[in-house]
Amino acid sequence: MTAIAATGSKEKQPSKFTKWRRSRKGQQTIVIVTFMILPLLLLFTFTYLPFAEMFTFSFQKMKYIGPRTFVGLKNYKDVFSRSDCFGALKLSLYYMGGSIVQLALALYLATVLSFKVKGGGIFKGLMFFPYLISGIAIGFIFKFFYTRGFVFDTVLQWCGFELENLPYWLKDQRINNISLVATSVWRYFGQNMVLFIGAIMSVDAEMYEAADLDGANKFQQFMYIILPSIKTIVTLNVILSITGSLSAFEPPYVITDGANGTGTYFVVMNDIAHVQQKVGLASAMAIVLLMIIFAATILQKLFFKYVFKDAADEDKNAGIRRQKKLDRELKKKQGRSAV
Amino acid sequence: MNAALKVKRYVLIFLKYFSLVFFSFVAVLPVVSCVVTAFKTDAEYASTNVMTMPQSWLNFQNFVDAFTRANMGRAFINSGIVLVCVLFGSIMIGTMLAYVLNRFQFPGNGLIRSLFLFATLLPGIAMQVSTYAIMKNLGFINHLYGYIIMMMGTDVIAIYIFIQFFENISVSLDESAYMDGASYFTIFFRILFPLLKPAIITTMILKGVGTYNEYYAANLYLQDKKKWVTVATSLYTFTGPLGNQYNLICAGLIVSLLPALIIFILCQKQIYSGLTMGAVKG
Repeated sequence: MTAIAATGSKEKQPSKFTKWRRSRKGQQTIVIVTFMILPLLLLFTFTYLPFAEMFTFSFQKMKYIGPRTFVGLKNYKDVFSRSDCFGALKLSLYYMGGSIVQLALALYLATVLSFKVKGGGIFKGLMFFPYLISGIAIGFIFKFFYTRGFVFDTVLQWCGFELENLPYWLKDQRINNISLVATSVWRYFGQNMVLFIGAIMSVDAEMYEAADLDGANKFQQFMYIILPSIKTIVTLNVILSITGSLSAFEPPYVITDGANGTGTYFVVMNDIAHVQQKVGLASAMAIVLLMIIFAATILQKLFFKYVFKDAADEDKNAGIRRQKKLDRELKKKQGRSAV
Repeated sequence: MNAALKVKRYVLIFLKYFSLVFFSFVAVLPVVSCVVTAFKTDAEYASTNVMTMPQSWLNFQNFVDAFTRANMGRAFINSGIVLVCVLFGSIMIGTMLAYVLNRFQFPGNGLIRSLFLFATLLPGIAMQVSTYAIMKNLGFINHLYGYIIMMMGTDVIAIYIFIQFFENISVSLDESAYMDGASYFTIFFRILFPLLKPAIITTMILKGVGTYNEYYAANLYLQDKKKWVTVATSLYTFTGPLGNQYNLICAGLIVSLLPALIIFILCQKQIYSGLTMGAVKG
């Protein structure tokens, strides 16, 4: 490379810049800069700049237009003392519960569908479709669905329930958060299921054949072949669901608008920011939640690092170990049936 | 013993299909009830239970009304423009960034990767508080281009799909082209970009559905609902005084769902594989 550059300079004596531009290093630098300038600009303008701005906003009393005054930590104090702000985080427990139900359901259905099932494609499609509906449309669909005497009540009446005994699904404070969480489960369980099916399918089909030949039943196949191979993606989804529950927003935003005690933290924040225009307070709320999310993410990382300490070397030997475990299990079973 | 085993097997098969049918029913029930209601006349809607079938499946009046009232013609045009621009932009940006990050070792490579990864941790809704102020300063509010530019910049999953895809394309391909005298730009646009086709198709579908369904930012930044309505925000027409006329609302919903439904039926496989691809690394 240097040889070529040297002969080039002897013949034409180009300027230093042209020489650099023609060199491999120079060409690389040019392509790196031109290809990255736009994405980095966008990332900066719409992610990191807002982040920095939000931080400064959170120390000010301000609206989008008009004067701003520096108020120090007052916004942060308000976040923790106002009843409508920090208390709203309690609602995320409902969403956490919902996401556990959702993951379990998705895992079950994915397992069922990854074995031979008649009409499997249709079932998969039907259950996945809700994921493709826009959030706002879901809002309308479920307002309609839960209205007194409408779809849900009618179906329950078919099953023998009396209308008088049924609660108002979106007004009754004992049940309305569960109704909202259910819509979120409805929307995402099919998508989770498709993810899990993808992961299950990536398992070598020979493993199942071998297990079948060895006489392993479906439950054992699930425990020793399927579950270990999708551990990573399940863990990932559990982590995502915890941070997702903290920042739950859409169901209450589009269905109840946060009325009757359904306002999650972000619904309250959104209202404070764009309706009441207390931008400083809303920014402080956002920063507080971001801190909680970071803390939760780091804790989860540490937790999983600790629990799956040997994850790295397990991956190498996982196949062998799994086979051994299965063998052992089968031997036990054969021993038992022989006795 | 044998008979007992047989019974057990049939029970398991029954349970398997029962659960599949049950959850499929749960998944489609809310949508099906909407379809049923959308075909009812006002009088019929007022007098019958929501789950009774409509008198005529050919009563398209609600669809026509919903379409005109919610200005959906305009909405489809706007959504179309947004879709084309956002998809083109984010795919160019995503593939170019992935190419540079995957093919070149330079100081800052790791840092840039982590900056993008870290960005996924920040919940979008929280950021909108200050993004709104920035959009306002840039004069991006109430302009389609402002919304388009904002939508282009925020897709990390696509970038990861592309990076993963680049990892499976041999570097020797780049090397031999370079030895033949091709510049890096030629290598990217002529050789690698066409090879990315499967990844591009999956990202287009995923990003396309996401963009088509996006309504929070559209509502916030495209405030002139007459001029800059998108399909998702056009549904806001049905709040307020129309809020109880569900036969009309449902018709509007069905119209807005149709494009997604058609894409889904045509590209089921790509959607599933795209999701799986995005999830492994994302």
